[in-house]
Amino acid sequence: MKKRLVSLLAMATMTATMFAACGSSDTASTETPATDGAATEATDSADAAVELPEDTGKVLNIYGWNEEFKSRLTDHYAGYTEVDATHGKIGDVDVVWNITPSTDNAYQNNLDEALLAQESASADDKVDLFLVEADYALKYVDTDYAMALKDLGITDADLADQYKYTQDIVTDSNGNLKGASWQACSAGLIYNREAAKEVLGTDDPTEVQAAVADWSKYSETAKKVADAGYTMCSVNDTYRVYSNNVSGKWVQDGKVVIDKNIDKWVEDSKALVDAKAEDTDDLWGDDWGKGKRPEGKVFCYFGPAWFFNFSLDAADEGTIANKGGWGFCEGPQSYYWGGTWICAATGTDNANLVKDIILTMTTDKAVLKDIAQKDSDCVNSKTVLAELAADESGNLDILGGQNPYEQLAAGAEGIDLSNLSAYDQGCNEEFQKAMKNYFLGKATKDEAIDMFKKAVHEKYPDVAVD
Amino acid sequence: MAKKSKVVRYNKWGYIFLIPFLVVFIVFQLIPLVSTIYNSFFENYRSGLTQIGPNFVGIENYKTIITNGDLPLYFKNTMIMWILGFIPQIVLSLLLGAWFTDPSLRLKFQTFFKTVIYMPNLIMASAFAMLFFTLFADSGPINSLLIQIGVFKEAFKFMSHAGTVRGLVATMNCLMWFGNTTILLMAGMMGIDPSLFEAAQVDGATANQIFYKITLPLLRPILVFVMITSLIGGLQMFDVPQILTNGTGDPMRTSMTLIMYLNKHLYSKNFGLAGALSVYMFVITGILSLIVYKFTNSEKN
Repeated sequence: MKKRLVSLLAMATMTATMFAACGSSDTASTETPATDGAATEATDSADAAVELPEDTGKVLNIYGWNEEFKSRLTDHYAGYTEVDATHGKIGDVDVVWNITPSTDNAYQNNLDEALLAQESASADDKVDLFLVEADYALKYVDTDYAMALKDLGITDADLADQYKYTQDIVTDSNGNLKGASWQACSAGLIYNREAAKEVLGTDDPTEVQAAVADWSKYSETAKKVADAGYTMCSVNDTYRVYSNNVSGKWVQDGKVVIDKNIDKWVEDSKALVDAKAEDTDDLWGDDWGKGKRPEGKVFCYFGPAWFFNFSLDAADEGTIANKGGWGFCEGPQSYYWGGTWICAATGTDNANLVKDIILTMTTDKAVLKDIAQKDSDCVNSKTVLAELAADESGNLDILGGQNPYEQLAAGAEGIDLSNLSAYDQGCNEEFQKAMKNYFLGKATKDEAIDMFKKAVHEKYPDVAVD
Repeated sequence: MAKKSKVVRYNKWGYIFLIPFLVVFIVFQLIPLVSTIYNSFFENYRSGLTQIGPNFVGIENYKTIITNGDLPLYFKNTMIMWILGFIPQIVLSLLLGAWFTDPSLRLKFQTFFKTVIYMPNLIMASAFAMLFFTLFADSGPINSLLIQIGVFKEAFKFMSHAGTVRGLVATMNCLMWFGNTTILLMAGMMGIDPSLFEAAQVDGATANQIFYKITLPLLRPILVFVMITSLIGGLQMFDVPQILTNGTGDPMRTSMTLIMYLNKHLYSKNFGLAGALSVYMFVITGILSLIVYKFTNSEKN
């Protein structure tokens, strides 16, 4: 009797395990959700106005990784009322915020599961809107999980005032635009005015720009900066500038390719690290942040408009920003950093509402100007930026009264992002990590590159590395 | 017709009392264990939003791990960091344990010291690692101190030398666990018959002789237990080096442990490869535990 019980138990365990295993593989196997019939037809008949089905959803699910979009919607979208920290209301539709921090990829993991289950989810649980960052936008945009904006009835004319690069980021491989942003995060070089006067004899943005106009001039200046006892910045600060100006994608024909501009970053940075003109601090760490104070002896940071308010600790006594001691110029090459894109999820039952949110938040000039002035975002509208550049209201205390919008607008025009790929986030992160070993003399360049390839293969097992 | 036994049987209560353990064990240990082994025979990962597999690939995953040379490297790292931490830990614990249990020393404030040495274990490992990360940063307090007293001319990059990173990890593990080990060893030492110590003292044995000839041999079962649990814990070392090196195991992955490597496969949800790696670790842990057990019990007969 006892024996039979034990064997029964063993059998039950085995069976349970088998089911558990089957269960997990079932849910894991992906089928891309079919785009609903209406949308497909609309795509076919090119310019025909899209008749969206009437909104049936009682719940609008929004997926994001921080409070940013929520506060923008609360402040600038008429009709949105906040209920509590994770709920709001637009008319009689309940808005539910699913906010997961992006630390350790948690946001994407959460969103992945939600989107993969989109088809079988009940109407109230379906994702309606989700937010993405540029580094991994294509991972979502280049699938059927994100709706093309034209299927929502948003036309090119609606979006004409936006910067092209913000659209490149969310355009899929068939040329369909699948998201929009209210921000244009073109970035530049933010320099310490005191240091500039000491090293270059001037803190005028045009003259500082001349000293860093291209990478060879930048390196010369960096060496002068080092001689004066300053550090230029971290190699990780300049990385984005190089990686935004590549001539090819990270992954080509299923194989990882190191672009020559990335290679130039390695060569330039190694020379500057050896000359003690740049250091290798990781972004956001304490060592990296020391330059926010004059005694940190850092010449510059690289950053966009949000960097001014968000990262320079202007509220703290004794920081350079607090005294208005920073200046801004375009830097060696145009690039962008950050920004949040709004995407509509396929299968949403609130298409009209989603359409209205996207249109209001990313194309309504009054709303955008309001965002620019209240929240200091560099907004995604050529007209509004031109107004701000021409106007005293664009002068920033942090920059000692300088108006950076002209440079920011010029920078945004110069960004070319045709070489983004869905693998960018993983490749960029791992490349910087691996190369740090080379810069610090812990490995040869080839060893560091091998380390990078190994890490990429771990993240993307389907990408060939040799 | 079944004969009714007149003997009252109590053993059914034994089984009933076992049920909670059995249920927890099956749900949280046995099923994951078996499904890990099952998963290790499949190619099953996600690239972006595209799911690949599960396709049955036999022992391909096991081959991959063996042939790409990662397993021995990370196993070596793990063992180096464990041994670096374990040796000072066991020495310190034996010493403290012997002092605390020695009645002739009459140590005052014993409870206070026992609490204090156990304290580090109450701090979350990740918080502890964050603390060390900040302390030993390039512009952190340790560097400022060393520069001010003239040891270094410029900041020493603690996080970019294999020796210092491994040393820091070992120090942290030692600090965190020596209190726990001390308490275990003290329990063992207090279980030794006091008349043996008295007899030794009467015979004129020195404190050293008593320690080596009486305490240590009689402490063997507890020592074996401490060794094996610490070894298993050491092989599963993860949080401290992960936080200290920000998941990179830098420089050049010299401080990457087996579990940190396992964690790398989480990004792509690579259940196949991760499963195979886990099975290897299961086997390694089993073999090492057996060796420790045999080795420390060899003199029994």
